[in-house]
Amino acid sequence: MSDSMQTLEKHTQSEYKYGWSSDIEMDIIPKGLSEEVVRMISAKKKEPKWLLDWRLEAYAKWKTMKEPNWAKLNIAPISYQDIIYYAAPKKQKKLNSLDEADPELLKTFERLGIPLDERKVLAGVAVDAVIDSVSVTTTFKKKLGELGIIFCSFSEAVQEHPELVREYLGSVVPQNDNYFAALNSAVFSDGSFCYIPKGVRCPMELSTYFRINAANTGQFERTLIVAEDDSYVSYLEGCTAPMRDENQLHAAVVEIYAKERAFVKYSTVQNWYPGDKDGKGGVYNFVTKRGLCNGFRSRISWTQVETGSAITWKYPSCILKGNESIGEFYSIAVTNNYQQADTGTKMIHLGKNTKSTIISKGISAGKSHNTYRGLVKIGKKADNARNFSECDSLLMGDRCGAHTFPYIEIENQSGKVEHEATTSKIGADQMFYCTQRGLSVEDAINLIVNGYCKEVFNELPMEFAVEAQKLLEISLEGSVG
Amino acid sequence: MLKIKDLRVSVEDTEILKGVNLEIKPGEVHAIMGPNGSGKSTLGFVLAGKDDYEVTSGSVEYQGQDLLDLSPDERARDGVFLGFQYPVEIPGVSNSNFLKMIINSIRKSRGQEELDALAMLKLLKEKLASLGMDTNMLKRSLNDGFSGGEKKRNEILQMAVLDPKLAILDETDSGLDIDALKVVSDGVNSMRSPDRSFLIITHYQRLLNYIVPDFVHVLVDGKIVKSGDKSLALELEDKGYDWVKKESSEVMA
Ligand SMILES: Nc1ncnc2c1ncn2[C@@H]1O[C@H](COP(=O)(O)OP(=O)(O)OP(=O)(O)O)[C@@H](O)[C@H]1O
Ligand SMILES: [Mg+2]
Repeated sequence: MSDSMQTLEKHTQSEYKYGWSSDIEMDIIPKGLSEEVVRMISAKKKEPKWLLDWRLEAYAKWKTMKEPNWAKLNIAPISYQDIIYYAAPKKQKKLNSLDEADPELLKTFERLGIPLDERKVLAGVAVDAVIDSVSVTTTFKKKLGELGIIFCSFSEAVQEHPELVREYLGSVVPQNDNYFAALNSAVFSDGSFCYIPKGVRCPMELSTYFRINAANTGQFERTLIVAEDDSYVSYLEGCTAPMRDENQLHAAVVEIYAKERAFVKYSTVQNWYPGDKDGKGGVYNFVTKRGLCNGFRSRISWTQVETGSAITWKYPSCILKGNESIGEFYSIAVTNNYQQADTGTKMIHLGKNTKSTIISKGISAGKSHNTYRGLVKIGKKADNARNFSECDSLLMGDRCGAHTFPYIEIENQSGKVEHEATTSKIGADQMFYCTQRGLSVEDAINLIVNGYCKEVFNELPMEFAVEAQKLLEISLEGSVG
Repeated sequence: MLKIKDLRVSVEDTEILKGVNLEIKPGEVHAIMGPNGSGKSTLGFVLAGKDDYEVTSGSVEYQGQDLLDLSPDERARDGVFLGFQYPVEIPGVSNSNFLKMIINSIRKSRGQEELDALAMLKLLKEKLASLGMDTNMLKRSLNDGFSGGEKKRNEILQMAVLDPKLAILDETDSGLDIDALKVVSDGVNSMRSPDRSFLIITHYQRLLNYIVPDFVHVLVDGKIVKSGDKSLALELEDKGYDWVKKESSEVMA
């Protein structure tokens, strides 16, 4: 294993030494899940009655549901009664300056190219020491406000814009959609809310400047994005910095509601702690992400780069209800060591002349397993629907696995579905060609892998793409040769 | 520059090179000819350090050091360049990005400063023009969908920018039209210098009219069976390989 892999693992495992500590007073309720707990969560957040009722309804449904049966995932049973479902945002032990932070951690930040101010926050330097980024945040909030864009935490939205939350919450992902969505609906902690008014193009990538603050929203995150007619927004979730979390189970829900000609671009970089090299202790990441293209020519585009978590289970989906609406899914999923990823997308064509594109790039190294599972469904009324899917798998070494399961359901014969799939090993010939020209083995791997992922990187906002590229390099270090 | 002594090489337990001896001095151009499957590309790969080839005996000395001891990238940085018979495609990696990376990695190893974007572009444009290549070639994915001739020119472009000490060109002339052949040969000739050597693998005497070699060797069944000057190539063209094969078996007998 290379030095930097060790570094990554070391600091993701280190307990409290450099400020990952949580020995500060916390506002928590006892572990376990019951109706009582759901009520307590809602009360602590001072929620209106309709929301409490909504949570209780979800809880009642969850109790009747069964945990999904893991086809390709090898998973230790989760004990839902051992989880603490509410804890006020944990405060890290604050440092006075970056000089006090773990030098290894700082080195990683530097390699990832994370801006200096953000490094401070991520390393746990007291926030009031980071005047720049705070003032930047306020400036942007003001600018968004002038355009009528609402972008705030979910809890804030419940208090400030209850009518909007009430109208759209659960409109894309119903409470009983799946086991984890039901669980999230009952106990969600916080998350983000975003509303783009009619005709407004959001002038900046949302969350570029806010992602640090959003990093601590807990294990049951809820995001709701509503885009009115003719609006546009590019939303970034996650962070390339390695995220450590004591919460083993993460079950987030993301809902996107796009109206006529609205275009929502949602980009994720996920780098949760994947567990140690023996596969112990990583985060289980079970996410429900769905977008509804509800109007004529609505368009939703998902782009994701997944490198973290012990287990990832995630299918960002699009329901193409409006005529001529467009759904897109661009994904890179990297697994190393004992990681398992089961990801893919669902494109549900309901409207006429709807179009979807799926580009999935899996990279498996070590003893990991990487599964693509995709559903393309063309409904009865979806005349002339089109789908193009390309699912490629790249294997590094011969102890890892890649699996592709494309499911296709066609109820309208005018539909056209094209599927291409390839599995390749990182080519010895390509490696030799690059090293013959003087590139080191590591540089050659990075070059080839980046080339392989190019189509997806192209979809990411520029600065995010650069970070994601470096993240990929770090994730795969020491995996060949 | 290069001293190959009794080199024996196997692939998957089949012996392919069966005792090759060859010495190349600085500034010399050597041509290797020989029938299909005789081991010409194998020799190129072994000198460049490809994995699958097992050296069972013999030695290769390059600039006074044991070449076989070095990894492929170390050899490249020490000035060994192999122009591939079948250049490899790398989708998604732009040609310009690749050229930038290899140029800077070689420069760095020589203790030279990395070229900035402007200087890089200038260098690439200049070399492209001298090889009659369109600047569009820079934007395309490396060798991906290149025509046979485009790939070969791209190999010469890489050789030109990397400024090697020993250039091994494996059938760089195959697949080139007459004009391209002229351009590529001019490229090679302009790089001839007292401290750079070439090992040129070819099937066609024609190329050797443009790039006039100091020596011509004939490789048959893993052995150099005949060496001579450029007139040997003409003789081969005339009489075919059977002639040398026969002659060499008579010598052996
Ligand atoms: N990686 C390999 N695995 C198995 N056999 C190989 C391998 N590489 C070369 N060979 C065999 O070694 C022999 C010599 O091959 P080589 O490519 O060196 O010939 P060549 O002289 O370059 O031929 P050509 O003129 O057709 O290019 C051939 O019989 C070939 O099949
Ligand atoms: Mg050959």
